[in-house]
Amino acid sequence: MSLADLTVSTLAIAALSSTTAAARDNVQIAGSSTVLPYASIVAEAFGENFGFPTPVVESGGSSAGLKRFCEGVGEHTIDIANASRAIKPSEIEVCAENGVTEIIEVRIGFDGIVLASDIDGNSFAFTPADWYLALAAELPVDGTMRANPNTTWNAVRADLPDQPIRAFIPGTKHGTREVFEEKILLQGCKDSGALDAILQMNGRDEDAAEASCMAVRTDDLSVDIDGDYTETLARIDADANGIGVFGLSFFENNADKLKVATVSGIAPSTETIASGAYPVSRPLFFYIKAAHLDTIPGLQDYAAFFVSDDIAGPDGPLADYGLVSDPELAEIQETVANRTLLGGM
Amino acid sequence: MTARSHSLLVQDARTRRRNAAEARFRVYGLGAISVAALALVVLLSSVVSSGIGAFRQTYITLEISLPEAKLDKSGTRDPEVMAKVTTFGYAPLLQDALLRTMEQSGITTSLSAADVGKIISKEAAATLRDHVLANPDLIGGSVTLDVLAEGRIDGYFKGRVTLESAALDANTSPEALRIAQGLADAGVIETRLNRRFLTAPDASDQRPEAAGLGVAILGSLYMMLVVLVLALPIGVATSIYLEEFAPRNRLSDLVEVNISNLAAVPSIVFGILGLAIFINFAGLRQSSPLVGGLVLTLMTLPTIIISSRAALKSVPPLIRDAALAVGASRMQAVFHHVLPLAAPGILTGTIIGLAQALGETAPLLLIGMVAFVRDYPAAYTDEAGLFAEAATALPVQVFNWTQRADPGFVERASGAIITLLVFLLAMNAAAILLRRRFERRW
Repeated sequence: MSLADLTVSTLAIAALSSTTAAARDNVQIAGSSTVLPYASIVAEAFGENFGFPTPVVESGGSSAGLKRFCEGVGEHTIDIANASRAIKPSEIEVCAENGVTEIIEVRIGFDGIVLASDIDGNSFAFTPADWYLALAAELPVDGTMRANPNTTWNAVRADLPDQPIRAFIPGTKHGTREVFEEKILLQGCKDSGALDAILQMNGRDEDAAEASCMAVRTDDLSVDIDGDYTETLARIDADANGIGVFGLSFFENNADKLKVATVSGIAPSTETIASGAYPVSRPLFFYIKAAHLDTIPGLQDYAAFFVSDDIAGPDGPLADYGLVSDPELAEIQETVANRTLLGGM
Repeated sequence: MTARSHSLLVQDARTRRRNAAEARFRVYGLGAISVAALALVVLLSSVVSSGIGAFRQTYITLEISLPEAKLDKSGTRDPEVMAKVTTFGYAPLLQDALLRTMEQSGITTSLSAADVGKIISKEAAATLRDHVLANPDLIGGSVTLDVLAEGRIDGYFKGRVTLESAALDANTSPEALRIAQGLADAGVIETRLNRRFLTAPDASDQRPEAAGLGVAILGSLYMMLVVLVLALPIGVATSIYLEEFAPRNRLSDLVEVNISNLAAVPSIVFGILGLAIFINFAGLRQSSPLVGGLVLTLMTLPTIIISSRAALKSVPPLIRDAALAVGASRMQAVFHHVLPLAAPGILTGTIIGLAQALGETAPLLLIGMVAFVRDYPAAYTDEAGLFAEAATALPVQVFNWTQRADPGFVERASGAIITLLVFLLAMNAAAILLRRRFERRW
């Protein structure tokens, strides 16, 4: 027993002593699973080429990452949050309440969102309106809202193939879902004239009308995928009628299994996304806790390395993996170098 | 008289019905076992068939020239100056070496030099840089190194990638595969046993061919050590007290109910607890095996306590009575006689508890161990303390790899599952062996 006592107390002392030890020497990152591959590519190259330890990158989603980012300042909190959307004012408030008042916003580039189906199936040329009419929970018909009657794509628009509707869309915890709702469903709602019809019905309540535009049908014609794109791919593998929502980089890595659809006549590619011709894209960000810049070794270097031309430029490894590099990269490099804070805080 | 021989015993209808019922039950039982066995066979064969490739890897043997003008302009061979040349500076050297090798082997191609360079893994530049920085004298001469081939090329030699699938793939081309085949015929490319899979750290999404389990195995090992050192003494002391010394009253009943309850609590709850207590309150480091081990200790304790109590209970009372009768104190009776007899059962329970902890991911999610970690964690550093450097764990690595976009990671994930299963099998076999060898029955 005395031996056991000894080991327990030794371990307890060791545990306590580690709490009072010196500053953490590695950068700690968490957040969006869309940004994760990019962040890990940068972290790997950073660890190889600089004298600092390789940063530790966790995923878990943009919201979860920003929540942990806003938990406070200090060694036991993360230094960087990756996000596939901009930080919300409510999150900035939570941050401020917990003492995280200095945040640097870094935009790293753009990610295209593609609609893709089984490689052996039909080809599709979609418009946002097609997806709205296929997936909305209710459609305005003759002045009332009726449950969506469409079950095949050619019922939505006659030119589309006669194929049952089966959509695998990102679940609500994903940042991708917001872009999908905004750039496809809401846009489609406007394009098809449904938004105007709904506004006439509900007496010009815009918020309610938009919410109705983005309400997705709950029968199994549309399935929320809460996992990653690998799950969406597995669902399409199992169901040849399935059409999934993917990130451009994921599609490019699985181009031998998937066929991509055009949106409003434009095929997604780094060029069409950079030029803005392809309509469904979104910026990717990471947020730096400025208070950590001088205490965590390598944090400033990592951020600067991330946005350097070698990495985030059009010929760098991130573009190679599917990131559409930011045309304003030079300004972003300055933001990092000058530690320009978000919103002039 | 017929030729058939009759038994003298004539079964009545009731007996026949009973016998038939028994026969039917045996068939049901066999059916149930075959369904279970079939499920296991399907699971194992799918994991093994997709994962066995991870234990083999394709290498390219290249003779790389190392010009001083590019690697050490100053000519001082000062490691700090040389470190300024990044992996981006080393990659072209590998590309040149490959082009030269192709020329020597008589392989011509329509691909651009940059596309040919993609046959080599992005990891190779880092391998070469590390090698040169460790041996600065090589600069100015040349070095022969085995470097990793890119994941798609590796997949081609393992049958995962075909000329047809390559034609649709933006990351490779049928022409690149033809070059690779030519190089393999010339003996430059070779697929062989992949020791790196068990030793190398994780790699990013662009380098599935370089990813290994090194950090995960170390992390799991550290956590198991923490669990063993904490859970075994605490668990055994608790069960001895509860079983041998505690008075039977409302309070001890309450404790007992709570322990059984804890054993069934979803493991993620322990992760939430760990985040609140060990990281936010005690200030231990996130992603550290110490915190992971503490959380898993909490999770494993009920299992160990319950199995230890069962082991103590199975020692017949007459052993205690005999010891007490010859004048031993109760503590002597327990520690000299009961505990040694119960030890095999306690150890078995502990090993099964450890195996359970080894396969656990959910609680680690919340304490930051589900992460991309490249650096090997040190067991002890002066700055950080014991087991405090970031690490992952085996099941976490499986979880991470199944989420990656590159199809090469499917093979890695299955390979990691095989590795985890081997560890679990070894631990459970040890538990059975201990029980068979030392357990006494009365």
